Amino acid sequence: MISFNDVSKRYPNGHEALKHVNFHLEKGEMAFLTGHSGAGKSTLLRLIALIERNSGGQIIVHGQHLGKMPDARIPYLRRLIGVTFQEHRLLFDRTIFDNVALPLVIAGFRHQEIRRRVRAALDKVGLLEKEKSYPITLSGGQQQRVGIARAVVHKPPILLADEPTGNLDPVLATEIMGLFTQFNQVGVTVLIASHALSLIKSLGYRTLILEQGSLIGDTYPTPL
Amino acid sequence: MKRPAATRPQSAPRPTPAPRPKKPLTQSHAWLAHHLYVLLASLGQFLRSPVSNLMTAAVIGIALALPTSLYLVLENTQHIGQSWGGTAQISLFLKANIDDAKAQQLADKLQQRGDMQHIRVISRQEALQEYRNLSGFGEALNVLQENPLPAVIVLQPVANITPSNTPKLIEEFKQFPEVELAQFDMRWLQRLFAMMSVVERGVWILAGLLALAVLLIIGNTIRLAIYNRREEIEIHKLFGATDAFIRRPFLYSGLWYGFMGSILAWLLVYAAFWMLREPIQQLSLLYHSEFELVTLDIPASLVLLFSGMGLGLLGAWLAVGKHLRVIQPK
Repeated sequence: MISFNDVSKRYPNGHEALKHVNFHLEKGEMAFLTGHSGAGKSTLLRLIALIERNSGGQIIVHGQHLGKMPDARIPYLRRLIGVTFQEHRLLFDRTIFDNVALPLVIAGFRHQEIRRRVRAALDKVGLLEKEKSYPITLSGGQQQRVGIARAVVHKPPILLADEPTGNLDPVLATEIMGLFTQFNQVGVTVLIASHALSLIKSLGYRTLILEQGSLIGDTYPTPL
Repeated sequence: MKRPAATRPQSAPRPTPAPRPKKPLTQSHAWLAHHLYVLLASLGQFLRSPVSNLMTAAVIGIALALPTSLYLVLENTQHIGQSWGGTAQISLFLKANIDDAKAQQLADKLQQRGDMQHIRVISRQEALQEYRNLSGFGEALNVLQENPLPAVIVLQPVANITPSNTPKLIEEFKQFPEVELAQFDMRWLQRLFAMMSVVERGVWILAGLLALAVLLIIGNTIRLAIYNRREEIEIHKLFGATDAFIRRPFLYSGLWYGFMGSILAWLLVYAAFWMLREPIQQLSLLYHSEFELVTLDIPASLVLLFSGMGLGLLGAWLAVGKHLRVIQPK
């Protein structure tokens, strides 16, 4: 589903954010991406969603070579990917419902369908009763859950999460990770960038470790 | 050829209908509904901060009203030309000692020449009455012992008397002993037309400059709107919005600005001409003319509306094309 082949990313200022990264994520697989801040986790996620383009190597997402993809096709690639952000990035002048509906509106779904799917997604993250509220009235954990609902509402085959538990206490963090595992169980390929090492360990999934732009570890959980 | 209905055995189990293919995400009516939604949403955005948006629309309205009213002034002047233009009008101011009977005699004499299609005698009394009515000096006239105004004969030569050979006519009339002053009323009209063609060119230049101003106003307003909604645009791009999708609400708000500006311009022009109507009627009475003021008719109003909306759309398009590209998600 996601394939990195000798991928490098060098910024115009000379900083090399990723160096010769190789890995392959199967369809329906779930993995964590970890490392110190500045190790290149966010850059790697950005390359998958073509928010930035890699400067070397080859990336294949959902069977498509990103290097050859013209700019006009990028929106359609992004519709296959749900993303969540550490800082949530909700739109504060819109209700929770409208925030979650955004990917469906973009994809041109019909009104009734949007209503059905948004409510289902909000129900999934336990915030159905908040659909008419505004993001400002929600706690950090709730905002993250709204972000997750928005990322999965259009049922993308790929889910990318950047530090989803960054500012949350351990209980909430476990809850959020539980949501991701649930989506993975229904076949979504999930890649989560996180530095919550103990939490990652306790969940027992494949973990990619980045250090200064190089992939230094690709560990699979040892069967108990 | 009809196929016999009985060919299919009734007992055969009906094939279960194949599962419907998944609905394509972008259906044309969903697309249309989205357009309608964006159109109304951008109107909603417009109405949400009515003061600042109306101020922008007012600036656009004034910019559109200026060339529109100049156009109307031109239209009206051409209208004057049409009603007076074809034939010259000659006024013979008679000497003060010529009474109405002698004036009428002269008029009869002129009638016999056969080159006048219309002759009108304004008697001294009529001239006084008219002056009293229209000049506003009625009271002052009461003080005068006698009527200071001469009788006037207004001549309209037949159509084949052109402005070029009227000077000869004028010279001829000046020789009449009864005539104090012969005046050719065409000259001012000729000068007016010459001026009009200068003004017309000026109106086009002004309209061009003001159209540019409207483009800049709308472009700048849309540019600010784009930067105010930067985060929103980034999020939309992250979830796969195409450039067309992001452009759409801004184009529609440009359209709304143009629309509101046109409506305001129309109202401004209408109000201005409404205020001018009465004095102009007075003025045209002074010239014995049944001059009807030309105001904005339906075709002209539509041209105003569509050029306003067109400029709005174009201004928004230019701003969006320039500034949306810069905004990329982080």
